Amino acid sequence: MRAARRLPEQSKGSRLRPDAFTMDKLDHATRKSRSTCARERLRLIDQLQKVPTGIRGLDELTGGGLPAGRPTLVCGGPGCGKTLLAITFLVHGAVDHGQPGLLVSFDERIADLTVNVASLGFDLADLQRRKLLATDYVRIDRQEMHETGEYDLEALFIRLGHAVQTVGARRVVLDTIDTLFAGIPNEAIVRSELRRLFDWLKDRQLSTVITAERGEGSLTRHGIEEYVSDCVILLDHRIVDDLSTRRLRVVKYRGTSHGTNEYPFTIDDQGITVLPITSTRLAHAATDETVSSGVSELDAMLGRGGHFRGSSIMLSGGPGTGKTTIGASFADRTCSRGERCLYFAFEESPSQLVRNMRSAGVDLRPWIDQGLLLVQSSRPSLGGLEMHLALMLKAVQDFSPSAVVVDPLSALVASGMHYQTASMAVRLADYLKSNMVTALYISLQDQEGPSGLDISSIMDTWIVVRNERTDRELSRRLHIVKSRGMDHSSAVRRMEITGSGVQLTDLALGATQAEQSGR
Amino acid sequence: MTATGHWDLRLYVAGHTEKSVRAINNLKRICKEHLEGRYTIEVIDLIEKPQLAAGDQIVALPTLVRRLPEPIKKILGDLSDQERVLVGLDVRPQA
Repeated sequence: MRAARRLPEQSKGSRLRPDAFTMDKLDHATRKSRSTCARERLRLIDQLQKVPTGIRGLDELTGGGLPAGRPTLVCGGPGCGKTLLAITFLVHGAVDHGQPGLLVSFDERIADLTVNVASLGFDLADLQRRKLLATDYVRIDRQEMHETGEYDLEALFIRLGHAVQTVGARRVVLDTIDTLFAGIPNEAIVRSELRRLFDWLKDRQLSTVITAERGEGSLTRHGIEEYVSDCVILLDHRIVDDLSTRRLRVVKYRGTSHGTNEYPFTIDDQGITVLPITSTRLAHAATDETVSSGVSELDAMLGRGGHFRGSSIMLSGGPGTGKTTIGASFADRTCSRGERCLYFAFEESPSQLVRNMRSAGVDLRPWIDQGLLLVQSSRPSLGGLEMHLALMLKAVQDFSPSAVVVDPLSALVASGMHYQTASMAVRLADYLKSNMVTALYISLQDQEGPSGLDISSIMDTWIVVRNERTDRELSRRLHIVKSRGMDHSSAVRRMEITGSGVQLTDLALGATQAEQSGR
Repeated sequence: MTATGHWDLRLYVAGHTEKSVRAINNLKRICKEHLEGRYTIEVIDLIEKPQLAAGDQIVALPTLVRRLPEPIKKILGDLSDQERVLVGLDVRPQA
């Protein structure tokens, strides 16, 4: 076994490194054009270079992608998306960064893989023709094998080396490495050769994704994680409350601060999208322009005549506090300016919403007829949370509204777990904000104080409505908890739903009126 | 037993390492002793022809591929365990 180390390996570094260096520089240059100078300076200080995966969310939470010139282990159970993640990494490198790739498949024939990823718009055959991708299907059949003495896996290295050379590969995928254990009779040889393989990849500065099967009680079935010290990503696909849920976790990333939480991710025709809980991009353009909240007195309370355009507003309160009426008023005012509004009604059908709001003095029908208002009603429990987010984002993309109402955000809790819902809300808010869409999120909340969804921190404005019971009557109260960048009123107002919409009055005044009317 | 017919053998090695040389010598000796006149040996050095490794799905080295008699068998190692080589070649039935 040891003899393997003496095989012709010596001349590798000196010849390949300068090349690798230039490629990294090139890659750097591509990124430079897209990022700000400050960020670039940070990247230069950061000695660890990264290669973007092209997977939305993953590059954000790893601060730029996977470690350049080093192996990354992606582990998970069957059907969790390992292969897809790996191939996305390759295709993105080839198409968007001019980095040719090598795909070594130990499980599936290249033809089958090609068909599988075609639905995502990846054309592996075309990349092969354009010399941007080399492939090798390594089939190991243990039935054929017969051991008769010392051997090593040098032929695998020769195959890799040859394939890397044919296209000048900078990125490599080995999918899935466990097959070696199943195919080669001597596990000790596989282990020592794996160690050599990872060194081999590093020496050649190949940015590599190695996939491995999830093990019982350990990250991988064969303990591959002990060979990879740079970056380990765990994928998980489970059913929670009858809902299919995919999650991603960066278990380890040497030399980089990374999110350690589990992040939900989706696989659809757009590929993989990871949904980070905290928005890492805070580059939203801020504007001084305000738009009406739909309630004139509330506009006055906000101090600037309304909400900032593109801001996120949370409106929370118990049942029957008039939240939907405020939401409908906001939609009504948006449409009256000739702008489009998308209303996600999770608990009412469009016709129910229209009927109920008409009784509160808000007529939405004309706006629907004019195509300015789109009411989308669907139960979030159908199809799972991820699907739901995807569909919501798609609706926003298709309709391109200037305002969105989510009524209620808390309905999503029923469709998934709190954490996921919060994470999804952040993702949605981030998306809307970066597209300058003013968004009103209605949250059903019995108590004052933090809701089950701890997302108030990402909201620019937080308005609370509640029912107040006195000896005489049940009346509504509204106050503004916060509104960033606005000198808002801290008063608690009395809220009434009249035949002509929502009206707010001073409490003292309201009391006087009540007393007067009582006399 | 099956000790009739023709043996079509292909030995994959990488360079002139100790292991390669040992495998070549062992193979020649075993064939001479047990298959005289009924075998052909082709030695392929993958250092010179790396593109040939994929065709026979070679991963380990040295690998002796028994192309005939069928079924195809891959005999891994430097062939120093003569008894196992003979079993692998189907010269001697499996114990």
